[in-house]
This record gives sequence, C-alpha cells and structure tokens, in this order.
Amino acid sequence: MTTRPTISRALPGTSTRRPPPVRESGAPAWIRKNLFGDLHNTVITLLVLWALFVTVPGLFGWAVLDAVWVTDDPQDCRAAAGACWAVVAEKHRVMLFGTFPYEQHWRGVLVIGLIIAMSIVSTFKRFWSYGLFGAWVATVAIVLVLQLGGVFGLAKTGTHEWGGLPLTLIMFVGTVVGGLPLAVLLALGRRSTMPAIKALCVGMIEITRGVPLITVLFMASLMFPLFVPEQLTVDKVLRAQIGMILFFGAYGAEVVRGGLQAIPRGQYEAADAAGLAYWQKTNRIILPQALRIVIPALMNDIIRAFKNTTFVSIIGLFDVLGATATALEDPLWVLYAPEAYIFIFVLYFCFCFSMSKYSEHVERDLATGRNF
Amino acid sequence: MTDATGHTPADTLPSGDDVVVSFRGVHKWFGDFHVLRDINMIVGRGEKVVVCGPSGSGKSTMIRCINRLEEHQEGSVIVDGEELTDDRRAIEAVRRRVGMVFQQFNLFPHLSVVENLTMAPIYVHGTPEDEAEARAMELLERVKIPEQAWKYPGQLSGGQQQRVAIARALMLQPKVMLFDEPTSALDPEMITEVLDVMVELAEGGMTMIVVTHEMGFARRVADLMVFMDEGEIVEAASPADFFENPVSDRTKLFLSQILTH
Repeated sequence: MTTRPTISRALPGTSTRRPPPVRESGAPAWIRKNLFGDLHNTVITLLVLWALFVTVPGLFGWAVLDAVWVTDDPQDCRAAAGACWAVVAEKHRVMLFGTFPYEQHWRGVLVIGLIIAMSIVSTFKRFWSYGLFGAWVATVAIVLVLQLGGVFGLAKTGTHEWGGLPLTLIMFVGTVVGGLPLAVLLALGRRSTMPAIKALCVGMIEITRGVPLITVLFMASLMFPLFVPEQLTVDKVLRAQIGMILFFGAYGAEVVRGGLQAIPRGQYEAADAAGLAYWQKTNRIILPQALRIVIPALMNDIIRAFKNTTFVSIIGLFDVLGATATALEDPLWVLYAPEAYIFIFVLYFCFCFSMSKYSEHVERDLATGRNF
Repeated sequence: MTDATGHTPADTLPSGDDVVVSFRGVHKWFGDFHVLRDINMIVGRGEKVVVCGPSGSGKSTMIRCINRLEEHQEGSVIVDGEELTDDRRAIEAVRRRVGMVFQQFNLFPHLSVVENLTMAPIYVHGTPEDEAEARAMELLERVKIPEQAWKYPGQLSGGQQQRVAIARALMLQPKVMLFDEPTSALDPEMITEVLDVMVELAEGGMTMIVVTHEMGFARRVADLMVFMDEGEIVEAASPADFFENPVSDRTKLFLSQILTH
C-alpha cells in the first residue's frame, strides 16, 4: 500500500451483447491480404507466377498434348515429342504381378481387390467388431489360397513366384497386423517391473533399432538358413515378413511407450484403487488412452512400413517397384523408364496419401467431445 | 494411558470386529527420507477420521498405505481383518473393500460417466452390466448429477467430476472410504457441492478417512482429528479438544495458520 491517493480505476461496462464486427472475406480479400499484402509478398507472388508460366506449359505439353497414350510399338514413342504412357499399358502385367504366371494374374487381381476392399471397410468405425476380425481371418485364408494355389483346382504357385502389387500388399498388411501387437507387447515389457522381461524387450528393441532394415532382411534371408538344419527351411517370403514385423515392432514399441508415459500416474492409481488386475487395467484404462495419443505417430510408422516393402527386392523378391525395374530391362522400352516410374510414384502416393488422410480423420474423430 | 502429545502406545489400542483400519508401528522411507514414523492409529466402524497437517507431513502417504498405493516397510496395516503384505491376493481383497477419492479426481477420460462407474463392478466383481448400470444411476442420483450420466469427464466441471469420483468409489460398496484432499483442486464455488455429498455420506454411517484442510467440514463430521507433521502423528483428539485446546505447539501454530483467513 502506498501513501499517495490510489490512481487505479475501473469502470462498470455499458454495452449490451452484440455479434463480432464483420470481417472482409472471400477470394479477392484473401488474395489481396495474403498474396499482395506488402512489397515482399507482391514480389514473391510475381516471381512464383513467372516460374509457373515458364514451366507449366512445357510440362503440360510433354505429359498430355504430345504424349503417346496407346501403342505397342516403341517406334511411335520415339517419333513423338511427349511422354510415352504406352509403356505402362504395355508392361502393366509384369509391373503389377511380377513373375506370377501370366494366365494366373486374375488371382492377383482378386488378392489386390480383396485387401483394398477389406482395408476400406475397416476404416469405418461402425464395422469395428469381432465380425470384422473374423472377416480378416477369412481374408488371410482366401489370399493364401489364391496366392499359393494347389487346391480347388488352382495351379500351384510357390512363394518364389509371388510378386508385384499383391506381394507389396501382403507384406504391408502382414507387417502391420503382426507388428502392432508386437509393438504394444514390447512397449509394455519395457516398462515391466520384472527384470528378465524388461531386459528381453529392451534388448530386442535396441538391437533391431540399431541396424538398418536391409540388414534385418539380409539376416532373415541369407544368414538365418545357415544356422538351422536343412530340413527346417522356412519360406523366404515368410522370413522377410518376420524380419519386417520385428523391425516395425521395435519402432512401434518406442512410439507406444511414449504414449504410455504420457498417461498420468493418477490413472494407474485409480485403476489400482478400484481393484482392477494388471491386464484389465492395461487393456481397459491405459492402452485405450495411450494408443489414442500415439495414433498420428503410429500412422507415420504404418505409412513407412508400406514404403519399406520396397526393400524386399534386395533379397530377390519382386514387389511392385522391383517388378517394374525388371519390366524395364526390356531394351525396346528401357528409354521410357521415367514414365513407368511416374506411374509407380502415383500408385504409392495414392496409397500413402489415403492413409495419411485417414489418420487425420481418426484424430479429429477422437478429439471431439473428449477433452484430453 | 496417554502421553503429553496425545499418543496412545500401540499395545493399548483396541482391536476386534469394530476396527476397520489399524496401523501399528508403521514406518516408511522414500529412499533415505523417513516419511512415516511410527504411525499408530485405528479407525472404528462407521467413524470419521480427519487427517490434517502441513504439506509434506506424510498424511497422503499414510492413507495411501491403506490400499497399498504405497508400501510400508515396517509395522502392520490391517484393513477389515486383512493384513497388507506383498501377497497380491490380500492386496486385491483389500482394494475391493476400500474406496478412494483423489485430489485430481483421476476419472478415466476415455469412458463416459456411467462407464467410469461400472468398470470395476463389471470386471472385478463380475456384476451383470444392467445391474451395474442401475446401481450407477442410483449413485449418480445420490451425488445429484444423474443428468450427466452419458457425458465424458472432460465435459464436466471440477465439482461434478469429483462427485462422479465419489460415486465411482461407492460402486463396490466399500467398508471404508479414503479421501485424499478431495477439494484442494477445486475452484472455491465448487467446494461446497462436494463437501455436501461427503457430509451426507458421513451421516449415512460410512467409515471415512479424510485428508483435508476444510476445518468447517472437520468440525461437523469428525469423530477424531489427527494432526501430522514431519511424518509422525503429533496430536490426535476429538474435534472439540483439537480446536479449542490443542496441546502441541506445532498444532497450535498450524491451526493459527490455516484459521487466520
């Protein structure tokens, strides 16, 4: 308190409630404000417009106007000034199905359709039930029958013949379906109070994370068979699949652990005080909250797992990218590799971008009405 | 026999069926820090004990020993005839009989109010879902927020959340209710609604151990006031004696500090 008279003052309000002042909106206002707001913005806008003016017409001419869309003769492409999209039409069977026998490609189409359809169905919350789980089990069985053959009058096709997009999708789904539970178990194990379990999980996570995926795949495909008796050969695709599951599990475990650590101690205590046993507490209280927190990060890992399937070409399996590279070894068409790779680029982008969008949607959905 | 600070030596504490919670010679350390020193206390069936003391005095640690959220290292803690040891079964048996309300509410944010209440009965006791839900609605009625049943904790005010937490703790029909500073995290205008529910519960005959600085509440419901400082029980007396004639200087200082404003 001071001795001089107080000069702090406050006045009671006099206004009634009213809506906020109207702000300028619409495209012209946005353009004026963001693109030509001041000298800097104006200069940058003009430079960008100029760069677009220089590049776009040429690109458009190459990709559309002068492009060759359909032909079975590479000479036609050589004569044209634009892109040769015909290479995709010509080579799409090898690109999409690799070394799978030509007359059996319809089975690959079914596999692709089945996996994509099931994935789309699984994104809808209203289908989340044990029924969906059963449907996935059935899907796996059908996919295996279609891929392996040898029953129901289907020609036998060994895993060494698998390739292309079906192989990519099988490896991806297998990695996520096997890797997510592994990630959760490793994360829980790493926080366990039991020293043996903790050491085992820390060891698995750190060793797997300490080496590149390629090394894991080499280990799985080349070194593993050296250590086991010859009768006990495990299939090459399965070995690669296990390697990828381990890799995904180790990275996912660290993501899940982050989520577990973000759960306040009070949640554990409240669950303990209520008498819930360890697995009840974990499954019903802790994991639902922890996984919700890490969905964006996990989705990142899942998208990466999709792209990581390309590594299998290093151990002699032909995923869709590897199969494309093989298809382009044809000397007649080898000039048009960029066009084929652009097609593959778009293919990967469609898959990854839809996963990314779905992840955004899930996040928004989980955020509504729940304040945490 | 009572010594100068109001301590009763452990061997003269009563025992028997009317005792719900008993602490005998309980010690606990956090690392090298001696956080509980020779705690001797018994709580009779239907009685209300209010524990107060400066922060860091060990009062929360003490009541958390009752449902083994904290482990004591020496002495014995017996709850409703069951001694707390490392035995998981004994711990689970005790937790089923003890309800706890936390300072930070600790509701499960991903579950609706009703699901928060029915979780333990359904999964710990195997109560049928509809039965558990009916009981949940009954308790929400009792804490005066039945209209919030299908909301999520994040949509409720602090006072409402704490009342949900009380209802949740009551779902298992506990033998004793523990309150760990239940109003300390609340805005002033919400403290009353929570205390009202607690007074009602006390009047209904529930055994309660309450860590709180709400002295008005303490005067109204407590059968025994316990004052703790530096990990030990400094003074234990009826509210009348405790507030009018405190014996220890530490108690006097504490009371003068919290009753000034």
